[in-house]
Amino acid sequence: MKAAVVVFPGSNCDRDCKTAIERSTGASVDMVWHGASELPAGLDLIVLPGGFAYGDYLRAGAMAALSPVMGAVRAAAARGVAVAGICNGFQVLCEAGMLPGALMRNAGLKYVCKAVALDVVNAQTRFTAAYGEQRVAVMTVGNGEGAYFADAETLDRLEGDGRVAFRYRDNPNGSVRGVAGIVSENGNVLGVMPHPDRAFETALGSADGALLFQSVLGRT
Amino acid sequence: MRAKVEVFLKPGVLDVQGKAVENALHGLGWPGAANVRVGRVITLDIGQGTPEAARAEVEAMCERLLASPVIESYRVEVGGAA
Repeated sequence: MKAAVVVFPGSNCDRDCKTAIERSTGASVDMVWHGASELPAGLDLIVLPGGFAYGDYLRAGAMAALSPVMGAVRAAAARGVAVAGICNGFQVLCEAGMLPGALMRNAGLKYVCKAVALDVVNAQTRFTAAYGEQRVAVMTVGNGEGAYFADAETLDRLEGDGRVAFRYRDNPNGSVRGVAGIVSENGNVLGVMPHPDRAFETALGSADGALLFQSVLGRT
Repeated sequence: MRAKVEVFLKPGVLDVQGKAVENALHGLGWPGAANVRVGRVITLDIGQGTPEAARAEVEAMCERLLASPVIESYRVEVGGAA
């Protein structure tokens, strides 16, 4: 299996993602600069990592959503390639219009960095299948603008269609209805605020994030 | 021509910054301060043309980039020398 991690100026979890994917799945991982207009051939997963792409100028993810590589990411997603936006990557996907809603300033106005327990709301998505009967996953959040927002109608639709993948058990940032992760209509694009890339081995406090990557890429 | 764009969170979207500023104003002795909203102002020069055309262009910029259609509303002013 083959994955790529996009590197924006200001990304800071790009190498964490590469290591997390390699160690949890055995897949090979290419790093792709944001200025690239093409992605490597034969990808099974594209990850938009955490960080502060373009310094969060204007709005978190707004500039990154317009970078050259996003045209290729959008085209790959349209072909069915799995795309996962983690933290800042989730913000980029919302700004790019590839996922509904937006990420706002945390309700407490503070940057929140801690391990959180998540309900695996739907274990039948492409990104959660490996959780199987495991209904709770522990990962780390690290965000200042991590409060998910969408209007009530959109939220009803997301919930009704099983597109809420993860929900906070104890909402750390004021996300509406506790939403921590959602998937696109056709299920191949995931946005998740907590970091599976910071929870892929027990030495890190939790190995539950590995299951997310294994859901997409299997394990060799 | 000069243009000015004001961007605020939509009514109904909780403005946590505005709320914090409001609380601070109360603490400083202005208990009557209410409905504080914190927004963003963007000014720019745009080319020659009618004010109507300039407004349409800046509104397009707002839709594409300057404001988030999900959470923000905007107000455009055009006019004045560049």
